[in-house]
Amino acid sequence: MNTTTTPNASGKSNGMATTYVVYVTILAIAVYQVCFAMMAGPQPMLMLALAILQASIAVMYFMHLAAERQVLALALIPYTIFVLFMMNMIWSDSVRLLHMRPH
Amino acid sequence: MSQANLAVDPHAAVMEESPFAIPSSKLVMWLFIISDAVTFGAFLFAYGYIRNASTDWPTPFEHASIWNALLMTFILVTSSLTILFAVRAAQNDDRAGAFKWTLITAGGGTLFAILHLREWSSLIGEGVRMFQNPWGAPMFGATFFTITGLHMLHVIGGVIALTVVALTYRAGRYSAKHIEIWSLYWHFVDIVWMFVVPMVYLLNMKR
Repeated sequence: MNTTTTPNASGKSNGMATTYVVYVTILAIAVYQVCFAMMAGPQPMLMLALAILQASIAVMYFMHLAAERQVLALALIPYTIFVLFMMNMIWSDSVRLLHMRPH
Repeated sequence: MSQANLAVDPHAAVMEESPFAIPSSKLVMWLFIISDAVTFGAFLFAYGYIRNASTDWPTPFEHASIWNALLMTFILVTSSLTILFAVRAAQNDDRAGAFKWTLITAGGGTLFAILHLREWSSLIGEGVRMFQNPWGAPMFGATFFTITGLHMLHVIGGVIALTVVALTYRAGRYSAKHIEIWSLYWHFVDIVWMFVVPMVYLLNMKR
């Protein structure tokens, strides 16, 4: 496999060396998540933060969003985050349900 | 607009430039991915809601299941790497290489689906159904099978799509652009799994 840099579809170079680093990093985070959960018990916020980190790295370097025109990222990412954030409105209700349990 | 460009695309002179400087088919794939991300987000939020509102949520996953999930992660992330090899080969006009790497990616997806079905089979054997299980909150099965089932459906759909794209590309009817667009889909399937493992498996690990 060629490890030199070649231009991608947007004309910017993106080397395979970066890809290998991203690949190893994502796997290392996955292993850390599992080991941490086994030793210290799963902590939802830490697990979610690590998953977001993995996903961000994959979107930027596997999906080449970092090399695309910036306006594409600005058009896609903020609205997705906004919609997912708005879904957060339901969490407090789930806790309320817990306290209203009949038993 | 040069004469050379007009010769390639006679309508180019009257067409607006793409606002994101990418082909429209690639933009459509990005928009599909965004809408699908919101769909998976809604399912994961619903799962979190139900889990949070239950006092007897089951934690049935033994260490063997967790290691199996980690192996599935390894397979899926590696298949993301192999689809990048396919894209790189296609961009270098290496049709045989792009075909080979795309099929290897599809093979990784198939292996992932087999391992996942084995996990499902094990849980079903332990008595987990959509609305009942031997351990606690009956909605556990509904949330688990819905989230992982929707993801597995995406994996199987991706395997079929990648196989079709590989064969059509080898026949010369598709270009590197098509492999690149479907690689975006495959990476997305990988990204969804990065959320499923901690949220569905690790949080429900037996302690």
